[in-house]
Amino acid sequence: MIEKRYDVVVIGSGPAGLAAAIAAKKAGANDVVIIERDIELGGILLQCIHNGFGIEIFEEDLTGPEYAHRFIVQSKDVGVEALLDTMVLDLTPRREIYAINKRNGMIKIDVGAVVLAMGCRERPRGALAIPGYRPAGIYTAGTAQRLVNIEGYMPGERFVILGSGDIGMIMARRLTFEGAKVERMIEILPYISGLKRNYVQCLLDYDIPLQLKHTVIDIKGRDRVEAVVSAQVDENWKPIPGTEDTIPCDTLLLSVGLIPENELSKKAGVELDPLTGGPYVDETMQTNVPGIFAAGNVVHVYDLVDWVTKAGFLAGRYAGKYAIQQRRESERKLRVIAGNNVHHVLPHILDPLSLKREPQDLQLRVQWPVEDRIWINVEVDGKLIKQQAERYARPSEMIKVILSPEDYKKVVGAKELLIRVEER
Amino acid sequence: MDEIKEKYKEVKGKYDVIIIGAGLVGSIIARWLSKYNLNILLIDKEPDVSTGTSKANTAIIHAGYDSPFGTLRGKLVVDGNRMFYQMCEELEVPYKMCGTYVVALTDEDIKTLEKLMENGRKKGVPGLEIISGEEMRHREPYINPDVKGALYAPTGGIGDPFMLTVAAAENAVMNGTKILLETKALDFVVEPFSLHKKKVSGVVTNRGTFLADVTIASAGLYCDELMEKLGIKYDFYVRARKGEYYVFDKAKKLQVKTVLFPCPTPVTKGILVTTTIHDNMILGPTAKEIKDKEDTSVTPMGLEELYEGAKRLVPKLELTDVIRTFAGLRAGGFLHDFIIEAPPKYWGFINLAGIESPGMASSAAIAEYVVNLVQEQGLELRKKNNWNPIRKSRPDFSKLSLEEQGRLIEKNPLYGRIVCRCEIVTEGEIVAEIHAPIPARTYDAIKRRTWLGTGRCQGSFDTPRVIEILSRELGILPTDVIKESKGSNFLTRLTKEVPERGLND
Repeated sequence: MIEKRYDVVVIGSGPAGLAAAIAAKKAGANDVVIIERDIELGGILLQCIHNGFGIEIFEEDLTGPEYAHRFIVQSKDVGVEALLDTMVLDLTPRREIYAINKRNGMIKIDVGAVVLAMGCRERPRGALAIPGYRPAGIYTAGTAQRLVNIEGYMPGERFVILGSGDIGMIMARRLTFEGAKVERMIEILPYISGLKRNYVQCLLDYDIPLQLKHTVIDIKGRDRVEAVVSAQVDENWKPIPGTEDTIPCDTLLLSVGLIPENELSKKAGVELDPLTGGPYVDETMQTNVPGIFAAGNVVHVYDLVDWVTKAGFLAGRYAGKYAIQQRRESERKLRVIAGNNVHHVLPHILDPLSLKREPQDLQLRVQWPVEDRIWINVEVDGKLIKQQAERYARPSEMIKVILSPEDYKKVVGAKELLIRVEER
Repeated sequence: MDEIKEKYKEVKGKYDVIIIGAGLVGSIIARWLSKYNLNILLIDKEPDVSTGTSKANTAIIHAGYDSPFGTLRGKLVVDGNRMFYQMCEELEVPYKMCGTYVVALTDEDIKTLEKLMENGRKKGVPGLEIISGEEMRHREPYINPDVKGALYAPTGGIGDPFMLTVAAAENAVMNGTKILLETKALDFVVEPFSLHKKKVSGVVTNRGTFLADVTIASAGLYCDELMEKLGIKYDFYVRARKGEYYVFDKAKKLQVKTVLFPCPTPVTKGILVTTTIHDNMILGPTAKEIKDKEDTSVTPMGLEELYEGAKRLVPKLELTDVIRTFAGLRAGGFLHDFIIEAPPKYWGFINLAGIESPGMASSAAIAEYVVNLVQEQGLELRKKNNWNPIRKSRPDFSKLSLEEQGRLIEKNPLYGRIVCRCEIVTEGEIVAEIHAPIPARTYDAIKRRTWLGTGRCQGSFDTPRVIEILSRELGILPTDVIKESKGSNFLTRLTKEVPERGLND
């Protein structure tokens, strides 16, 4: 198992993750790494090849990949590292990360501060319990978007889209561009759930019919979708008998909501708000677990990417500060090491500030008996700072060496304190 | 039509035994027969084993207290349960021997429990015990607080019907059995035999005719259609009985740990609340007889019935964490008993009909019973001395320790890439299944073996990646990758390619 240490680890390289990593680095964190499960940075932005990104931050109308590119370049300029094609399996409350990839196998990372930026996932069909068959040809809008824009394949030719989320509307237009027919978009609510601008630019402009207060009540087709049955719903969202309409199609896309992706957060003991599905956060985007921050759609689902980026900057800045504080604290401390013929010595770690205040005991036991006069040597970075004479040393008897506040100046700034037994 | 039949009549092989149907029962029969010096062929009409009743059921290992004393089913389930766990050990298939409970909510129900216990004890079901309501509440805290008592059957549990079928078929193949998928039995080869008997001497399939000394039909829902070809009509009918199910997210807080049955009615054991071998809570099944043997659609009425039924056992149940619904069909026999026999008018032919619940728990005993019937049909059975009962399982990444996971990736880097994030399934596991003795060549075949795509995102993340892997490993176009059956393709064409129907169709 490879073991590493980073000041800040950002999980996910979408807009929130990229911004957080850049901000952490700019805040002074030494080493910052983004862990991304896909083979390149950018997250879902890479499959969002439509425009509409960056109007708030750049005052420009960019596509998703262009928007991501600007931050990817910036992250490289400031020296952010990336672990690609890598999946985080576990995150503990003590900020230890276990991740895997093909090249390195299992990687354990100790982290000063973590930024959760895993984004969100789409609600699947099962969550709606739509009756009917379970054939091929039922996709969430985001999966269809990946197939079309990244893989370069069409998931169908005649579509019905359930739900009027933004990805659904964007895909209605995208599929139309590719020569497919979008028969209808069906929304159970009396209003669209995505942005008005997407309704105008993606549905109205392409004459794609929108049916509000309707839902899908049946899916036909055993091997591949052959038709879906829609029906109007009453005020309790129950289908109204007699309003059924069978729509022949080969694909049903679902755009019925996004859920923050917090499986890892739960493992780390991060508390979630049942209303948003994301962590409870303070004004610095820190969760209830000290040193674990969160930003973007993992916290709550945003409307515009620009706000996600800003949330990432905020979380990253504070994560960076937190990590620096952590590093200072750990650097201040000395590791006490057992050398020649020392079985073990306590304490394992010594804070020089405590030594400045009062004398500190070092308690040790030797490994083998020496029935002769010996020195107990205390060394700091190879320099002898104290010598204690003993007439013999036996494993059955503990030996005590006392460091006094006068020794403070000799140990401050050092990393290790070595205790060893030498012949006199 | 005759011309087509002629075409299929070309003899493609000669075997000692042909088994029609590679479901759980057919595959386990194949494994049992592979102990002997026989040349065996196992065929199935679908591209994978375990695609019919075996793929969509409650997966309960029944203890056997409820099937009536004196019936074949009643006997085989008790014997089968006794053999089941050892079979799982040999085939390295997971199981949970967590015990099952029949829950009594009224004093009347307690009487039913006593009857069930008596029936079970008469048949030799070990360890049966009626526990108090208080004890039941202690064991399953979310149970209906009105519970009066429960019949506890310690030998009951939860199995993995897909993997058991795959493993049994694999073990049969390891021991010399030949398997042909996408091979549908269309008709039988029948010859004169004696004054009162005809001989079934083979099977006509879409891939030619295969001859055999003994033909075994383990065709599940389709057993009656095959019997019609031989003019066998039973004085009962076999109908498809639909069972619908709800599946819950693993992360659900309200979780049942064992198997909870309501008190049974004469028709059905009722709607259970239980978990899968992978710890997803499930509710089901409904029991509705239908005509269409392929109608696995989920219905609004069925779902409503499930919820209402399950709430009687676990009143706090809410549907917010449902991640999937499904329906399966079982061969519901009118007589409520297994038919496993050599029909008197034929020689060299064995038929299995009406193998519904508790088919999985009974399976090993069914196989042993069939072995005897095969012997009675004139085949001399001699045990092979090199029969290997052990089928090694392939690594389940999510069940390994961090160190073991690290070592596995070192050996094969494909285990370092997670394809299904919810269930933690790696590319290494998928590729291993694609190239296993019974190859997983479809999305659903991989899903049944690895549990990929069964979590809370229901395949949204893994589908594009699995299509890519199947295409690469099988050397086929991504557009030819299928979900389960012929025609269930995921993709239609490349983008920028003009659709065949034209743009303005």
